[in-house]
Formats: sequence, C-alpha cells, structure tokens
Amino acid sequence: MSTLSAERGAYWFLKGARGIASLPAIILMSAFVGFCGFAVEAGIPLGQTVFMTGMIWALPAKVLLVGSILAGASLPAAFVTVALSSIRLMPMVAALIPEIRTPKTPTWLLLVLSHFIAITAYVFTMERIRDVPREHRVAFFAGFGITVTSANILLVAVIYSTVSSLPAMLAGALFFLTPVYFLTSIWASTRERAGRIAMVIGLALGPLFHQVAPEFDILYAGVVGGTLAFFADRLWKGRAAS
Amino acid sequence: MIGYATFEAWWWPYVFIAIAGWLATDIWRWLGVLVGNRLKQDSAALTWVRAVATALLAAVIAKLILYPTGELAGVPVALRVVAAAAGFAAFLLAGKRIWVGIVTALGLLVGGQLLLP
Repeated sequence: MSTLSAERGAYWFLKGARGIASLPAIILMSAFVGFCGFAVEAGIPLGQTVFMTGMIWALPAKVLLVGSILAGASLPAAFVTVALSSIRLMPMVAALIPEIRTPKTPTWLLLVLSHFIAITAYVFTMERIRDVPREHRVAFFAGFGITVTSANILLVAVIYSTVSSLPAMLAGALFFLTPVYFLTSIWASTRERAGRIAMVIGLALGPLFHQVAPEFDILYAGVVGGTLAFFADRLWKGRAAS
Repeated sequence: MIGYATFEAWWWPYVFIAIAGWLATDIWRWLGVLVGNRLKQDSAALTWVRAVATALLAAVIAKLILYPTGELAGVPVALRVVAAAAGFAAFLLAGKRIWVGIVTALGLLVGGQLLLP
C-alpha cells in the first residue's frame, strides 16, 4: 500500500519534472540567459552568479541585487531593496500552498519547497495543478521546482563565458520575453473574475505608484489593486444575485 | 557602512549575497507558507490573497515593460508598449494561445527596431 503510494508519488514528481520542456520553463531559461548577460556586464564573477541563481531564485530580486552591488549600496540598503521587492512572494506562496497541501503535509516540507516558488513556478503550477490528484500535488510541484531551478543553475554556469557576445537586439528581446509571457499566461490561467480585474488594475497602478512611491510601488499596487478587485468582484456578485 | 566590496576575503561576497539576496527573499516565502497553511480553500480570504498576488504580478509586468533594465532600455518606450499590447490582443484573438502573443510581441519589437531609423 505504502510502496504503491510512493510509486505514484514518484510518477507525479517525474511528471512535474517533465515541465522543464514546457513553454514557461523554456521562456524562463531564455530570461536567465538575459540575466546572465547582465551579471557578466556588471562584473559579477561566475561563482557568485551561479550562487545567486540557486539561493535567490526569483529573477527580479537578482536583478535588483546586482543593481545594488553596481551602485555600491551598503549591506542593509541592499537587503531592504531586495526584501521590499520580494514581499510579493508572500501572497504568491500563500495562494499556492492551499492548492497543493493535504492535511497531512508536514509544514517543514512546505517551508523547504517554498524556496522554489517564483513567478514562473507559480504560474505553471496554478495552470496545471487542478489536473493533479491532491495527494500528489506536493510531489508534482517539487518535481517541477527542483528540476527547473537545477537546470537554470547549470545553464548559467555553462553559458557564463559565452553570453557576453550576445547581440544587443537579441539581449533586448530576451528581456522582453518575460513580461509578455507573464501577461498572457497569467491571464490564461486566471479563472476567477476577481483575478482578471486585479490584473487590469495592477497594470495601471504599477506605473502610477512608481511615480508616487518608487520604493514601494509593487507592494502598494498589489495591496490596493488586489483589494479593489476583491470588492469590485463582491459588488458584481451581489448585484447579479439580487 | 559594510558593503559588497568591504572585505577582500573570497567568501565575503557570498555572505553578502546570502544576507541581501537569499534571506531577503526566503523570509517572505516562509511567511507565505505560514499564512497559506491557515487559509481555507474557497474562502473569501484566499480569493483576496490571490487577487493581491495577481495585482502584484501585473505591476511587475507593467514595470518590466515601462522601466526595463539591460539592453531593452535602449528600445523606445512607445515601441515596447505597442508590441506588448499588440501581442496581448493577438493572444486573445487566437483563442488565448500564449505562443501567438509572444511571437507577435517579439516580432514587432525586433521588426520595429529594424524599420525605425
């Protein structure tokens, strides 16, 4: 019985790992080529670039950390910059956890696996998780998260020495791939009306708050935009019901 | 103030990255696990958290397009916005096929740069 369930778990782990050949994973790897080029340009040595890839994992946080290093920021200043930009990880993780855990999933396992959550893993998992039996969702997520993170660590290590010769136009296109992919895939994977409203409001509020409070723009746009979307959705539902 | 280049030791940059990078991101993931563990599926609280997460991502997207880093910063902002908007429209028209949106947006971005003086 338990060996059978372990076998099923291994099956779903591998199924998640196969996500390395999916569109989101391939786009993420292209974005990592772009990041690697940025790190080379900034003069970050190979070992540290690889270390960052594995330890931080979230791409925007890495770009900000390299930017802070370039600007000669102090350790506390760099910490605050990266930490502020990464608050967004909290609601993402909080939204993902109820989708993958069972009442029996140990918290320590979720704490360890949470490291592999970044935008791509979030989008990939939210898009596919409903087709995975609940008791195997953690295995499915672990398979995808661990494989994609390891693959990108390897990728960065391998391309580091050749990436600087990338033509400017191609490098620009690689940086553009990420926002366009997020824009379309998040829309495609959002089933709730509240999510679609949040998307539209967030797109508008991001640049708006960037003018007013550039340090906290993402955070403000998320909390204000998400709350507005939540209440707009409630209002809509209430009106439809009456 | 202690910075990235303060100490000569080979391991110092790794400590700097571990504190300002790893710790600064993973604390939010751990907090997210603790919060997420208390959220019930199909609850209003989870809908709100998901809406906040989506709005945050949307703000990140808008910033990546409007205020990019690296080589993309050299591309005119109007071209970036038009390419992204046209890509999204193509994605919707093609029955939410993501690759159609991406090919359209990238094609316009590169084509626009080749055509513009």
